[in-house]
Amino acid sequence: MDRRKFLKLAAISATLAGGVPGFFNREVKAKAYTPPPGALTARRWGMAIDIKKCWEHPECNDCIKACHYIHNVPHIPDRKREVKWIWKDEFEHVFPDKPNEFNNILLAHKPFLLLCNHCEHPPCVRVCPTQATFKREDGIVMMDYHRCIGCRFCMAACPFGARSFNWVDPRPYIEHFNPEFPTRMKGVVEKCLFCYERLEKGQIPACVEACKHKALIFGDLEDENSEISRLLRSRFSIRRKAELGTGPSVFYLIG
Amino acid sequence: MYNSDKVIPGIIIFVLFVTFPIWWNHAKTVAAPQPELPKGRCVESKAYMRSHHMQLLNRWRNEAIREGMRIYTSSDGKRFWISLQNGCMKCHHDKSKFCDRCHRFAAVEPYCWNCHIPPETKKFEEPRASRLLRLFHVPPKLVGTKNTEE
Repeated sequence: MDRRKFLKLAAISATLAGGVPGFFNREVKAKAYTPPPGALTARRWGMAIDIKKCWEHPECNDCIKACHYIHNVPHIPDRKREVKWIWKDEFEHVFPDKPNEFNNILLAHKPFLLLCNHCEHPPCVRVCPTQATFKREDGIVMMDYHRCIGCRFCMAACPFGARSFNWVDPRPYIEHFNPEFPTRMKGVVEKCLFCYERLEKGQIPACVEACKHKALIFGDLEDENSEISRLLRSRFSIRRKAELGTGPSVFYLIG
Repeated sequence: MYNSDKVIPGIIIFVLFVTFPIWWNHAKTVAAPQPELPKGRCVESKAYMRSHHMQLLNRWRNEAIREGMRIYTSSDGKRFWISLQNGCMKCHHDKSKFCDRCHRFAAVEPYCWNCHIPPETKKFEEPRASRLLRLFHVPPKLVGTKNTEE
């Protein structure tokens, strides 16, 4: 074997050996952190609320009860300190730019279901100084309560009032708690997280599951064949304050 | 030296006072805490967990919440669901006998349990402030605690 051939062979063997785990590179192990198998994934999660079905059952609050129970959301009677992830409000407050004096008979004082809109361009994320709130690749605007310093910039930035601040320790206000989910502490901001902890176990959000009238539809907005995409193509829907350019991912089916 | 009859005893008293903790505890041993270990193996070796559990927990919370990585593959290839409440505490099901024994000894007060619920919890306690307020008869309306509407 001449020198030229020897060098070629050596180079090829070194390349091969480097690529095989456990041959030369003994320290290479299995990847220590992996996403959970069986998790629900999407390119952009979104929700549609069939508001007509909601109006047919005005007494039904199953979605709110389910969400607030499983996430240990406290019930604080004082309105100034209340914490809410999903709640109802009147048409005039939800769509302040939409009412007119002639269709008021149809819509005035009608309840709408509200939650965090999980915006495409969330202003809360832009202003957070600690990146405690951030947008995941699947469109969920997440909260990392470990990092929240309670500055409330996000609350000032959110045009939908979807965030609540814990003015007091929330624990005494939780009658029945869910031991599987943490509570929050005094001094952090909280909001709806689209049930990220259920999605990673392969379950749909609690409010959607709890709704016995099927008024809430959850799915991938970027998947053309998902139920939510088909509904949004076939029916008229509105979004809250779409003119602000935040790109809400929550749609209200009204037609 | 002027006033040496006062200054020298003063210095001696001062030195004794400052070194009080040293000679008071001299040659005394304090029993090391004995946390109650559950049966079976932890995610990593006992020695590693003893010295590095805080780094591991810190890494876990970032990986799970921020990166969406919920599964931890340990050095011996076993896989674990990353979660304090639904992972660690399924085996270490008594916080007071495991976490607290060492933390109290080391005077470390991590704030994990301000949010995470230890498995032995059956009901949340009244806030400490309200007991203080009751002591001084401050009407709850002023501070907006639970009794506002009840």
